[in-house]
Amino acid sequence: MSVQSVRHWTGIFEREESILRAARESRRRGFEIVDVYTPYAVHGMDDAMGLRRSWLPWVCLLCGLAGGLGMYWLGTWTLAVDWPMNIGGKPFHSLPAIVPIIFEMVVLCGGYGVIIALLLHCRLLPGRRARLVHPRVTDDRFAIVVRAVDASQDPSAAYRLFEELGAVEIDTGYAEART
Amino acid sequence: MASRSPVISRPLIEGRKSYGQVTRDVCRPLETRPTRAWYIAFTVSCAVLVLGVAAVSYQTAVGIGTWGLNRTVGWAFDITNFVFWIGIGHAGTLISAILFLFRQRWRTSVNRSAEAMTIFAVMCAGIFPIIHMGRPWLAFWVLPYPNTRGPLWVNFRSALLWDVFAISTYFLISLGFWLLGLVPDLATMRDRAKTRVRKALLSIASLGWNGSHRTWRHYEIVYLLLAGLATPLVLSVHTIVSFDFATSVVPGWHTTILPPYFVAGAIFSGMSMVLTLMIIARRVMRFEEYITLRHIDAMGKLVLATGSMVAFAYGTEFFIAWYSGNEYEQFAFLNRAAGPMGWAYWIMVACNVVVPQVLWFPRVRRCVPAVFAISIAVNIGMWFERFVIIVTSLHRDFLPSSWASYAPTSIEIATLAGSFGLFFTCFLLFCRFLPMIAMAEVKGVLEARSPADGGER
Repeated sequence: MSVQSVRHWTGIFEREESILRAARESRRRGFEIVDVYTPYAVHGMDDAMGLRRSWLPWVCLLCGLAGGLGMYWLGTWTLAVDWPMNIGGKPFHSLPAIVPIIFEMVVLCGGYGVIIALLLHCRLLPGRRARLVHPRVTDDRFAIVVRAVDASQDPSAAYRLFEELGAVEIDTGYAEART
Repeated sequence: MASRSPVISRPLIEGRKSYGQVTRDVCRPLETRPTRAWYIAFTVSCAVLVLGVAAVSYQTAVGIGTWGLNRTVGWAFDITNFVFWIGIGHAGTLISAILFLFRQRWRTSVNRSAEAMTIFAVMCAGIFPIIHMGRPWLAFWVLPYPNTRGPLWVNFRSALLWDVFAISTYFLISLGFWLLGLVPDLATMRDRAKTRVRKALLSIASLGWNGSHRTWRHYEIVYLLLAGLATPLVLSVHTIVSFDFATSVVPGWHTTILPPYFVAGAIFSGMSMVLTLMIIARRVMRFEEYITLRHIDAMGKLVLATGSMVAFAYGTEFFIAWYSGNEYEQFAFLNRAAGPMGWAYWIMVACNVVVPQVLWFPRVRRCVPAVFAISIAVNIGMWFERFVIIVTSLHRDFLPSSWASYAPTSIEIATLAGSFGLFFTCFLLFCRFLPMIAMAEVKGVLEARSPADGGER
């Protein structure tokens, strides 16, 4: 595969339907989708791009469990081990009394764990410069960036495809939009 | 794909908006000079806030002896205000999380401002228990941290400590949810910004968002997870607030109905506050095509449903008091309705039970002045509900020799007013500087395109 044959094509569309079809068709015709840029979360795009389910729920589960277990340990250790206090003759080690705070810590740690994981994984960090594939992509334009993967492929097929689907702009230069 | 339900065929957003139009409409108030109405409202709310700051400073310096409390009535105005403000916050989470899980797509035009309202209301609520500590500079003692006093740990068995955890978690999760939701919209504002300062500030705040679907995919999952976490959280928060009362032995407080009754009441009062704010905002900011009569109608139905639950709870309390055969319990409820503070009880019944019943009529739900008036009545009624529960249960307990009465002092009234000042100051600043309508979410439910345009829907 020669360097010359690797070509990027950027198609700019005005409609959700067009971008979905562009993603589906590009993949069917053997192009690799670098990314799709949309002003809102387009439903059905995961399938169109062939993306797998996000793994972030596992982070949420693990952080939530860690928070809950941590709180169980803190509550039990302080009330029953470090400084046992007789409160109305209740047992020192009593789980029901700390269930509400265990629940709150599950929510707090699970929630913030997954937010932080999202920000780090998607590199959404304060002061990071946004590389926009098109200036109106956060307003009312939908963009797709595809790549021809091998030399045998006719790269101009992407151009024709985008034109067919009613792209308002087609660009050959690779806008370095990948974050 | 956002498919259209066959039952609801009317569009959610009126005026056949295009994506670009949504951006322009929502950003317009943020990119122009504030109107005179905004300046007047801001000046008034700032003045009230200053009054509150003065009152809080005075009572912090002198002590909470400046309140009208006595040995019998040890909790009154401050806890009433605390429960009132926490309740207001609940509607924001209902709209942002619970209605999201129930796929109520109309929520997109009101969720941003309802969530902002939650955050400001929880801030107002948090002030009261901290003042009530008497030495607010030691408020951090409620957190379990290794200290030089033993270490002496907090009592994890106390409902008041559960409250600390519940309210802090609620505030932090609501804040995280809200800020995360703002990121795509801040990016939209950044890409429209004309001045360099504005662009630089928005660049920092929008975290380098570029609309990539690989990011949207994770973002949507995190949004769903946060909604899933916030739903049981919001139910737990007011449940735990009700435990402050329900785990005590005072007749009128010591009942198992309190948690569901408090949660329903919280959503009832919060929805009314959302209606009050939205009816003003849609008019002033010219968002009538986004926050439509249909939204007001839907929120009116929620007010009616939760209001009827609250009314049912009032009835159940009386029935159980009679059925229990416990004379203290029976007296507490008779005293509530017919005692020296019966007037507060009947204000509560009038505002919370009688007035919302007119919302059964579709014509009333679609009459904006009527809904506004009802929402104000419910706000007042729900404040009195907390006052009735707290003060009338305490002022005449088991021993007649210790019976007392309670009246708020001017300091307490100024503190309550100040909390409204804080709430409205924050809300007005929010309307000025942040997009009041979640653009990225509204664009997802736009139905401006017809099948003739080549669309699939």
